[in-house]
Amino acid sequence: MRFVSYLDKGKVMVAPEGLVSIEKAKSPPVSFHLLPPFQPEPYNESFKPNPDLQQHLFGKLLLFDEIPFSLEDIHTHFLNGCVTYEKGIIENNGRYSCRRCGNCEKHLFASFACFRCKEEQCVYCRKCIMMGRISQCTPLVRWIGPSYSGGQKKSLLNWNGELSSAQREASRQLADRIGKRGEFLIWAVCGAGKTEVLFEAVEKSLCMGQRVCIATPRTDVVLELLPRLKAVFPQTKVIGLYGGSEERKEFGQLVISTTHQLLRYEQAFDFVVVDEVDAFPFSFDKSLQFAVQKAKKEEATLAYLTATPSTQMKKRMQKGELAFIKIPRRYHGFPLPVPKMKWCGNWQRKLNHKKLPEPIESWVKQQLEKRRQGFLFVPTIPILQTITEHLQTFDPQIEGVHAEDPERKEKVERFRKGVIPIIVTTTILERGVTVPFTDIAVLGAEDDVFTESALVQISGRAGRSKDDPNGEVIFYHYGKTNAMIQAIRHIESMNKEGFL
Amino acid sequence: MKHCLYCDQLYIDEVSWRFFLGLNEETTLCSICRGSLQEIHGEICHCCGRPLSLFPEKYRQDQLCYDCVRWEKEKNWQGLLTKNRSLYIYNDHLKEMIARIKYRGDAKLIEAFQLPLKKLFKKHFKDYTVVPIPLSEKRHYERGFNQAELLARLLDVPVMNALVRTIHEEKQSKKSRAERIAIKHPIFRMVEQQSVHSKNILLIDDVYTTGSTLRQAALALKKAGATTICSITLAR
Repeated sequence: MRFVSYLDKGKVMVAPEGLVSIEKAKSPPVSFHLLPPFQPEPYNESFKPNPDLQQHLFGKLLLFDEIPFSLEDIHTHFLNGCVTYEKGIIENNGRYSCRRCGNCEKHLFASFACFRCKEEQCVYCRKCIMMGRISQCTPLVRWIGPSYSGGQKKSLLNWNGELSSAQREASRQLADRIGKRGEFLIWAVCGAGKTEVLFEAVEKSLCMGQRVCIATPRTDVVLELLPRLKAVFPQTKVIGLYGGSEERKEFGQLVISTTHQLLRYEQAFDFVVVDEVDAFPFSFDKSLQFAVQKAKKEEATLAYLTATPSTQMKKRMQKGELAFIKIPRRYHGFPLPVPKMKWCGNWQRKLNHKKLPEPIESWVKQQLEKRRQGFLFVPTIPILQTITEHLQTFDPQIEGVHAEDPERKEKVERFRKGVIPIIVTTTILERGVTVPFTDIAVLGAEDDVFTESALVQISGRAGRSKDDPNGEVIFYHYGKTNAMIQAIRHIESMNKEGFL
Repeated sequence: MKHCLYCDQLYIDEVSWRFFLGLNEETTLCSICRGSLQEIHGEICHCCGRPLSLFPEKYRQDQLCYDCVRWEKEKNWQGLLTKNRSLYIYNDHLKEMIARIKYRGDAKLIEAFQLPLKKLFKKHFKDYTVVPIPLSEKRHYERGFNQAELLARLLDVPVMNALVRTIHEEKQSKKSRAERIAIKHPIFRMVEQQSVHSKNILLIDDVYTTGSTLRQAALALKKAGATTICSITLAR
């Protein structure tokens, strides 16, 4: 679609081509980015906005293709000051940036001869292309009319579990910050019960009529949190957003979202919780931060949840720039299992010669004898495949699972049910998956993929249940690394703090 | 170091003796993404260009696959499409790449296929006039571009937009093979100003599935006086 501009009482107006007669239009239709500058219309008090459109668009920044209403309908709202059109691709001195995902890397912009705007070179963003193309000729539509409150039903918390004293303290401090601008970090060990710590603050925020978002980089976490939050806030409209989610078009008072899906929002939330802030390396961190900054309101309360804060965050905490609280104890009160290091020789060479490293072989046999389940973490997918083949000769039920495994969900489920005795995995299962009565081994713990935070998370899989708090964690290595030592120190110091 | 056009990972081109002789080809995909594409080579069906190794011998007749034998038995379709050649097997990886181009609109990604496409063109169809399979007006607007036309433009030769699509794509894909073969209403018509009389035509499309789209296009071209009609597709 192209746009025309025209003068109305001395003011520059714009409209999608075809909605204004040719005589009225000042110039022939052009691509959106070539329009003269214009101002959004002032809000018309006597206009009754379509509540469905309002609910769909409020707090978001969407393409026409993402709005299931007619062009005429949307444009009527433009004329009455309820929506405005904005450039999706911003050009500044020959450099482009994407209004939706914040991309400004030159190699992630490209152009094509566009049938819609008839330009030979219509520039588009390749970074967020999987969410639908943002190009120079497709404006983003933003709601600027009256805000949508979601009906403001009372949002009562329906939960009568009990918090540990450390959880209670964190919960109270977080709730105190609702309604105030600022950041807060909750540093909680794996298994501290951090989701429950959010309940009080979320309830307070919802009761104030605020809109709340829990963002996480991982779809797995969204899928895990969604039913729990729906259950404890039965009167609240809770929606889950992830690639392929059906609830994308609905209005949510409480939104559980992957950071990717958050990119469609702008200035929407009063209280944002970022779960597992450190789950991805720094490169990802930048777009995550962009998404969160864009989706929250300026005055919003921002909380981070993590078991392993990044060095950058630790620095900010030390300098006093970032307020935080620690929950150094698990909810069941037992200390975290401390990993042991065991030399395993040149295991890579052994594998090349089609042999299992001896320590791994005896660990697996022991687990099978003791009838205890185990995670075996390995650095790469090819290693995973070799090891799994070997181990299946001991027990055919042993399985390997990695990120691209099409049967990932099913295998994890079978492991949860105890059908799979030992699961061989890459770092994908370092978070989220909790199975009681398991031990943990890491093969090749010296590999670069096993950073301090990855090892802490991995170790956090053990001893999650109060009936089995002493799971065993062993790092099998061919040379100790700093990351291994730091991880052990990290866990020991948390245990020390927890029992002061 | 450069970014892979598909997965955006940084990678380095392997340095070999070809590099020092200046024979190295400019790559656009990293070795993993390149490796996931299955090039078609070896014995192929002389007509539609699919690898014969993929199915048992009883489904072939001499150098033709059973599908092509069936096409050639139909009076209406006999000899219309002389030969098709495709670059790759339509595996999951290529399906994802094509879906990203067509349904997400990532036009740039098509450049990943430029070199192999040019090679195929030079080897078989050098003097042919290139005609892309058109989209319907509605589909073309939705996408903002026609992927077949983008592919044709990669060849760096004049492209002739000789055809117009008159029946919307969805209606076509819902039909069974029998219906497609028996089709009475033509899907394509000629653009009036363009003449294909006594020309050898090379049709370009993204995927050869049943071959009916290409044969429908060939039908319109043949009626307008084209001599030989062949085709190139990305996937088979």
